Amino acid sequence: MPRAGPSLPRLGVALGVLLFAALPLVLPTYQVSVATRILVFSLLAVSIDVLAGYTGRTPLGHGAIFGVSTYVTIYWVTVAGGSPWAGMALGVLAATGLAAVFALLAVRTSGVYFLLLTLALGMVVWGVCLRWSTVTGGENGLRGSVRPAALASQVSFYYAVLALVLAATFLVWRLVRSPFGLTLRGIRDSESRMRALGYNVPLHLFIAFTLSGMAAGVAGAAYALFNEFVSPTTVSLAQSVQGLLMAIVGGVGTLFGGFIGAAAIIVLENTVSFYTERWQTVMGLMFVLLMIFAPEGVIGRGLALLRRRR
Amino acid sequence: MNSLNLFQLLNGLTFAALLFVVASGFTLIFGLLRIVNLAHGALYLLGGYIGYAAALATGSFLLAVLAAMASVALAGLALDQGLLRFVRGFELRQVLLTLGVAFILNDLGLLAWGGDTFTVPVPEALRGALRFAGVFYPKYRLFVLALGLVVFLLLWLLLNRTRLGALIRAGVDDAETLEAMGVNIRRIFLVTFMLGAALAGLGGVVGGAFLTLYPGADSEILVFSLAVVIIGGRGSLPGAAIGALMVGLLNSIGQVMFPELAYFVIFGPMALILAFRPLGLFGRAA
Repeated sequence: MPRAGPSLPRLGVALGVLLFAALPLVLPTYQVSVATRILVFSLLAVSIDVLAGYTGRTPLGHGAIFGVSTYVTIYWVTVAGGSPWAGMALGVLAATGLAAVFALLAVRTSGVYFLLLTLALGMVVWGVCLRWSTVTGGENGLRGSVRPAALASQVSFYYAVLALVLAATFLVWRLVRSPFGLTLRGIRDSESRMRALGYNVPLHLFIAFTLSGMAAGVAGAAYALFNEFVSPTTVSLAQSVQGLLMAIVGGVGTLFGGFIGAAAIIVLENTVSFYTERWQTVMGLMFVLLMIFAPEGVIGRGLALLRRRR
Repeated sequence: MNSLNLFQLLNGLTFAALLFVVASGFTLIFGLLRIVNLAHGALYLLGGYIGYAAALATGSFLLAVLAAMASVALAGLALDQGLLRFVRGFELRQVLLTLGVAFILNDLGLLAWGGDTFTVPVPEALRGALRFAGVFYPKYRLFVLALGLVVFLLLWLLLNRTRLGALIRAGVDDAETLEAMGVNIRRIFLVTFMLGAALAGLGGVVGGAFLTLYPGADSEILVFSLAVVIIGGRGSLPGAAIGALMVGLLNSIGQVMFPELAYFVIFGPMALILAFRPLGLFGRAA
C-alpha cells in the first residue's frame, strides 16, 4: 500500500522547532555556530532526500550545486561589490540553473548510471572551480565579509538561518506531499507503470531535480553568509558524499530525518576532529558500515523494525 | 589562440593510452560483475605509490610494475571478499560502499605518503626524446602509447580467444545457466575483479612516471575513467578504447585552447552522447 508520505508529525515538528529555537539561549557562542552549520546542512540533506527518497535516484552532485550557490554569493559581494541579499538570490538562481542542466542530462538514467553521471557532473564543476582561477581564486578560493550588518551577531544570524531553513523545508515538504510528490513516488516504485498511465516521467524528474537543486542552492547561499569563505573543497565530491551520508543516516525518504542526520554527522565530526585529523577515514568507514548493516539509514532501520513491513 | 600541433596531439594520444589502461579495468568490473568500483581511482594511486616505493628499492621499473599490479590485485581480492560479498546483488549499496573505501584509502594514503608529489623513476632506456617528423618527443610517452595498444590487444585476445574469456562472456549473459553447467562463476568473477584492479595498479605506476602522484590524483583519474566508460558504454572494450581516445584528445585540445576550462571540454561531448545514447556508444541494456 502506498503510504501518504510523511504526514506532518505535529508533535515531533513542534518539539524540533522549539528545540532549535531554544538552542541559542542555552549554548555558548561557538556551539551556536555549530548549530547554524547543522541547520545549513540539514537543508542540503533534505534536498538530497527529495531525489534519493522520493524519485529513487541517488545523486552525488548536490555538493557542487550547493557550492556553486556559495561561490556566486561570495563572488557577488566581494568581487562585484553587490549586496548580500542580491548575492544570495543570484546564488540560488545559479544553483537552480545548474541543477536544470544536470537534470536535463540525468533524467533519462536511473540507478547506478544516475549516480555516476551526477558524480561526473559534480566533478566537472569542481574542476572548473579549481582551474578557473581568475574568477574563482583557484585553490585559494574567495574570502571576504559577506554577512549583512543586521545579522552580524552569531545569535541573530542563527535565527535568520533557522527561519530560512524551516521555510524552505516546509515548501519541500509541501512539494513531496502534493499530487506531484505522489507521482514521483509512483515513478520510484514503477517507472513503466507510470509511463503506461500517461505520466510524463522525464518531465516530472526534471522538475524534481531542479527544485531539489534550488533547495540545495538556498542552503549554499546561507552557507556563504555563514562561512564567508569558499574554495573548491565546498564543491568537492566529499561535500556531496557528506550530504548524502546525512540523508542516509537520517533515513532515506523521511525528509525530516535530514535534520537528525546532519546533527549526528556534524556533532560526530566535531568530536572526532578533536582527537584525530582522520575525519575522511571515519566518514568512509561509516559509509561502508551503513551499506552493510543499515542501508535504509539509522532512522529508516528503526522505522522498519517498528513497522515490521519491508 | 594556439592551434593544436603534433606535439600536443601526441600528448592527447598518450594520455588516452593511459586512460584506456585504467578505464578498461573499470569497465571490465562494471560490465561483467555489475559493480561500479569507485575505489578504482584510489587503487590507481595505491598502485602508483607502491610502484614508486618498489622502484626506489629495487631500481627496476619492471619489478615496480609487477609489485604494483600484484599488490593492487590483492587489495582487490580483499575488497571483494572482505566487504563487497556482504552487499552482493545490491548495485547502489555496492557503489556507495566502494565510495567509502575510496575515502578511507585516500585518507590513509595522505597519512602514509603525505601531500608531496612523487614521480616514478623511468628506466634508462626510456629516458630522453626521439626525433621524428620535425618534433622531439619523450620516448617514455611513446612507450605508454605502445603499452596502451598492447593492453588492448591482450584484453581482446583474453576475452575473445581463451576459455576464460568465453566463460566471462557467458557469465555476463546468463550467470545462472553457467552455474548450472557446473562452472564456478564466483571464481571467474573474482579473477575478473582482480584483473581489473591490477590494471588500475599498472596504470598507477605507468601514469605516476609522467603525470606524477599526489593526493587528489585518484579522483582526477576516476572522473576521467568515468567519462570514458559513460561515453563508451559499460563493459565494452572497444567502447573504452574509443572513449579514452575521445577524452584524451578533448582534454588535450581543452588544455591548449581553454586552459582554465579544460575540464569543461570533455563534458560537452559526453553530454551530447548521453542525450542520444543513455547507455553510451557501445552500451547494451542489462
